[in-house]
Amino acid sequence: MSQETSKVSGALGDEHSENAPLSIHDMTVAYHRKPVLWDIDLDIPEGQLVGIIGPNGAGKSTLIKAVLDLIPRASGRVMMYGKPYSEQRHMVAYVPQRESVDWDFPVNALDVVAMGLYGKLGWFRRLKKAHFEKAREALDRVGMGDYAERQISQLSGGQQQRVFLARALVQDATIYFMDEPFAGVDAATERAIITLLSSLRSAGKTVLVVHHDLQTIPEYFDYLLMLNMRVVAAGPTSEVFTEENLKKTYGGRLTVLDAVGHKLARNRL
Amino acid sequence: MVGDSLCWMQSATNWPETGSEVIALQDSGTWNQVLRVLSLSDYNTRVVILGTAALGVACGLIGSFMLLRKRSLMADTISHATLPGIAFSFMLMVAFGGSGKWLPGLLLGAALSGLLGMGLVLIISRFTRIKEDAALGIVLSVFFGLGVALLGLVQKMSKGSAAGLESFIYGKTASMLTSDALLIGAVAALSVLTVLLLFKEFCLLCFDQDFAAAQGFPVGKLDVLLMTMVVLVTVIGLQAVGLILVIALLIIPPAAARFWTEKLTTMALIASVFGGVGGALGAALSAVVPKLPAGAVIVLTNSLFFALSLVFGSTRGVLVRFLEQRKLSRKVGRQHLMRALFECLEKDGLQSVSFEGLLDHRSWSASELHRLLHQAERAGLISQGVEGIRLSAEGELQAARIVRNHRLWELFLINYADIAPSHVDRGADRVEHVLDPKTVHRLEELLDEEQKAASAISSPHPLGRIRKADA
Repeated sequence: MSQETSKVSGALGDEHSENAPLSIHDMTVAYHRKPVLWDIDLDIPEGQLVGIIGPNGAGKSTLIKAVLDLIPRASGRVMMYGKPYSEQRHMVAYVPQRESVDWDFPVNALDVVAMGLYGKLGWFRRLKKAHFEKAREALDRVGMGDYAERQISQLSGGQQQRVFLARALVQDATIYFMDEPFAGVDAATERAIITLLSSLRSAGKTVLVVHHDLQTIPEYFDYLLMLNMRVVAAGPTSEVFTEENLKKTYGGRLTVLDAVGHKLARNRL
Repeated sequence: MVGDSLCWMQSATNWPETGSEVIALQDSGTWNQVLRVLSLSDYNTRVVILGTAALGVACGLIGSFMLLRKRSLMADTISHATLPGIAFSFMLMVAFGGSGKWLPGLLLGAALSGLLGMGLVLIISRFTRIKEDAALGIVLSVFFGLGVALLGLVQKMSKGSAAGLESFIYGKTASMLTSDALLIGAVAALSVLTVLLLFKEFCLLCFDQDFAAAQGFPVGKLDVLLMTMVVLVTVIGLQAVGLILVIALLIIPPAAARFWTEKLTTMALIASVFGGVGGALGAALSAVVPKLPAGAVIVLTNSLFFALSLVFGSTRGVLVRFLEQRKLSRKVGRQHLMRALFECLEKDGLQSVSFEGLLDHRSWSASELHRLLHQAERAGLISQGVEGIRLSAEGELQAARIVRNHRLWELFLINYADIAPSHVDRGADRVEHVLDPKTVHRLEELLDEEQKAASAISSPHPLGRIRKADA
């Protein structure tokens, strides 16, 4: 299957790498026919901490969701180590935005972390003691060991975020997608998270993080994806994190793309 | 919902009675019959009560997931959407020469029409810009309107007797046959089994749909399956409680169960028990008391459980919260008193302090202080005599510990949070009550060895109430 893919892409003169943890080929994503991401085409290098930045509405979360098949792509392909996501699920961990779930749900921290094991456990199977031990270890790693039995609504925002991270840790993945893990957390949690992310990188994992705080970018990320409905710049942080690129990324909506998007939506093309 | 009440009133007047196997105890009222029902000695009654209980269990379990998925009103739309199916299948059966009253046929029609309604809601909210709440309202009213119109047509048909069809609107356990009850029990058991098998998957679907999808679970199909379970229990609930009230079986038991627990498995279990007991009680009562509609009784029984849970629920009940709040405010009040006493005695180097002196030390009212003193005296912490207020040995120990915690926290604020000594008192006032031994230990480690050694720390600021002149 992968050989076949490489032949086809070779024939098209595609320069995507087979070894990239994530390569996106000409991906366009639309909501109600209005494109919100245009022609995303890039390879993410292995073993890096990758920051995804851009203004509100730039399509950062949309990019992650489209890559993980959570929303349909209007066009394009996504490959992880040369295979589509449906074949590589076991390699991927996902941390959704904290606000995306109801924290009043009747489960405790340990239950939430154990949910990271459901995918590998498969249909109908129940969690066993070994699974909960694994979940407990993950909670310890994020400094939440003492809160395992705590109902999740009794946790602070930072603690909830750590529980989500622990859930991603038990997935034991190679590629991590994290949607704003630093949103609304205290300074201590932010430090704990970044230490954890660095240790993941040291272990050879690739970590993609949607991030908002521009000040911490050079310190946190090796590689940067600057997004505003299209890829403004992608590359090592030291090269692409420039004032010019920031202006292009954050200098308002890209009016031409926006206008054309509206036309597409109206004319039902 | 105006249509609902209209229909109710119309139908309530021509309550239909059918068949000889019917277990409505028309001439009951004698203790014999009451006993017969309650002891489940009558086979038919037993089957009907067990069938209704099974329905309640299934509704409680499935309703738990609907409640957590914030989809409870979907059940209301589904139940209303069954009506045209009932009327249409009746017409079809009559057209093919039947009586039209064959229950499995009617329920099949109801299920198909309910599924159609559910599908329409999902399609409308997914593929158009109409939001789910509007889609629910549209489908509910259109289907129910269609159902009522079809029922009107059915009444005018020359063949077949349509009398009794409206009982699906408000329900009627009394007209339930043994075979009906068995059907209800079987479908309820099937849906309970399905939910138990997929408990983990449904839990993930309800808590974090995107995460479930990213792990490869087909959330769309799971969602439809869960809704299909709702259609199934709704359809079998039609006869017992009717399409208007079946929603209550799906919402009220889980909502009541939530007051007792913070764990999903326990919540589902309690909801099932509430649903089952409510169902059985309702069916039994309506069998004992003639003309008492089971649907209404079941809903009322469940509402009673809900009201009791709301007040007495062990984790979220109003009473527990009130008691906890009162306990905390008492504890805070006592700690304030003990600290004030300790500080007064320390300041003046005396063994006792006058009421006035204590009143002046803190901004509290005379009545409030009287109350606190009374409570503390009863607890054996202080004694009040002619010479003034004294700390008992136990009181002295407690007061010293409270003051020490307070001052530890103040020192921490001054040394680590850069707060001026004149301002730390207020901040420490609130925090000292929640300092557990672990935190105190950490504070001790942070602060000087010298202070750690001291059994009591001197206050870092002048004691007593801050007067306007000082400020």
